[in-house]
Amino acid sequence: MRPEHLAQHLVILPILLPLLVGAVLVPLTQGRHQFKFALSYASVVGLLVTACALMMNADGGAWPDGIGVYLAANWAAPFGIALVADRLSALMLLLTAVLALASLHFAMQRWSRIGVHFHSLFQFLLMGINGAFLTHDLFNLFVFFEVMLAASYGLVLHGYNAERLRASMQYIAVNLAAALMFLIGTALIYATTGTLNMADLAVRIAAMGPDQVALLKVGVAVLALAFLAKGAMWPLGFWLPTTYAAASPPVAAMLVLMTKVGAYVILRLWLLLFGEQAGLAAGFGYDALVWGGMATIVFGAAGMLSTDTAGRMAGYSAIVSSGTLLAVIGYGQPSLVTAGLYYLIGSTLAVAAFLLLIELIDRIRTPGAAMLALTMEAWAVEDTPEEPRGKGVPAVMAFLSLAFVACALMIAGLPPLSGFVAKFGMFHALLNPEPGSGAIGATGFTLIALVIVSGLIAIISMLRFGVRTFWAAEIVTPPRLQLSEVAPITALLLLSLAMTVQARPLFDYLGRASADLHDAGKYARRVLQQPPVPGPATQGETP
Amino acid sequence: MELVSSLAIGIVFGAGIWLLLRPRSFQVLTGLMLMSYAVNLFIFIMGRVWLDEPPLTPAGTVPDPRILADPLPQALVLTAIVIGFATTALYLVVMIGARGLTGTDHVDGEEPEV
Repeated sequence: MRPEHLAQHLVILPILLPLLVGAVLVPLTQGRHQFKFALSYASVVGLLVTACALMMNADGGAWPDGIGVYLAANWAAPFGIALVADRLSALMLLLTAVLALASLHFAMQRWSRIGVHFHSLFQFLLMGINGAFLTHDLFNLFVFFEVMLAASYGLVLHGYNAERLRASMQYIAVNLAAALMFLIGTALIYATTGTLNMADLAVRIAAMGPDQVALLKVGVAVLALAFLAKGAMWPLGFWLPTTYAAASPPVAAMLVLMTKVGAYVILRLWLLLFGEQAGLAAGFGYDALVWGGMATIVFGAAGMLSTDTAGRMAGYSAIVSSGTLLAVIGYGQPSLVTAGLYYLIGSTLAVAAFLLLIELIDRIRTPGAAMLALTMEAWAVEDTPEEPRGKGVPAVMAFLSLAFVACALMIAGLPPLSGFVAKFGMFHALLNPEPGSGAIGATGFTLIALVIVSGLIAIISMLRFGVRTFWAAEIVTPPRLQLSEVAPITALLLLSLAMTVQARPLFDYLGRASADLHDAGKYARRVLQQPPVPGPATQGETP
Repeated sequence: MELVSSLAIGIVFGAGIWLLLRPRSFQVLTGLMLMSYAVNLFIFIMGRVWLDEPPLTPAGTVPDPRILADPLPQALVLTAIVIGFATTALYLVVMIGARGLTGTDHVDGEEPEV
């Protein structure tokens, strides 16, 4: 096979690679954990490289219109399953790989060893997430959602204790019910349109009569329930704080990304199906998204104020960011979507870094961390030499508090880190509506007010937690940290700093991604006209 | 036929919702199972009601969509059954684990205070 033939399979690599590695890891026993870790790590690095390559292909003009279409099993588009990589999905793949690398690195010393099959489940989770980002077929999306969820059930239970078990019971029940909604929605959509390919749906919706459109709207609304439950829109997100607080830190960091999968699918599906070219169905559900998103912001902010456990606080801040995203999507303005995407990346990095950091901070609050030390001995983790205990601020405490401040600044959206740039971009887009769309209305001002107030509340609750932990604790013993635990948090925070410094090129890229998303016709053209690869037999016949 | 099937799906689904809202984990599990049965039937019916028509095309002929049942919902149902079965089995395992670790079969992991 020639290299250019292999290159066309690049789009399916983010699904195949974790699938194969995960499967290979299953029969290996825990005794060879270093080998398992190395294999898993190599796979994630491979995903990172693939995501970068896809991004370059999408943005560098290697594909027409910046959209790469892969026809699975070489069936032409509406009949087979098409995988589509565009600027947005390449970016999300990159975000997934970065977070996965950080989580896995964090899990190196301890978390990957306190149970079996951590690495396999982790790889299957990556496969599900990547698949959900790439697929262009509704039922295939369901399958990838289930792969992702099934792996996440196992991972939430990882490090089996009563709290995780209780949280999992609710998490699994909610998600199983949501999966049923997904199926009902898909069946209704198939019944009205006769297709499940998203591009084909977009074409057919434009030509539909009023009777069919009514049933289709019911179907999409039921379908959206599944994504919104995943994306934790109020009142579907009550499961989230408990689950986040209970899950082990590396898993919780990956769960942050999973809520964003819900928002991503809403973004993709809504702009494709109910954009301006959608005929009778145009504009369906945008108001519900805006107001639902704003209700979610209020719920998340109230939750942040009401709790004093860091894990739940991180969960509520993920809800706030999810709500902001949904409101931004529902507002229906391309320039706002650009800023919203920037916000998505920044807030994901921030909340993930915060969730990883919490566990290290907890070692201050529970001195000695008796249970943890025990686990470390049981699994023969090499301890680092004890930290010197001088007077003044030990380096460990300085790192923890500085990292905490950085997370707080990003989550609250204060300068100088990326949270501020994101909020500034959103306000700028809201206050400067595109020509012809009229002045900013009450909805826009409510959204601005809510985002500002939720930032204020975030900073209040983070301050409260920080003061109690770092200043008001009676005996502060600097905990022992491993380099492998410090490095990923530092990397995530530095990445956020890089996002701030390089805001301009990133915004340009996101602007192009947003423009792609708003042009449903382009997807329909690219996906439906992608020719199957001619087989050897036909190649022989046609000169 | 349409009326009977829709009533059956509705009743099974309704019973499932009622059970899902009950406090004991086994009731929740049974509720989820009933709901998934109803959903599977629903997907099947969404391919329209066909009587005595094969979903496969005879070899060597041009298929006529009017005399063939739609094969896609049947394929979807198969996938949905498999996935639903697997996730329900997983939930059952978690349920048994929770029963053993917390000593109660209440979904909150603790008995409500009376």
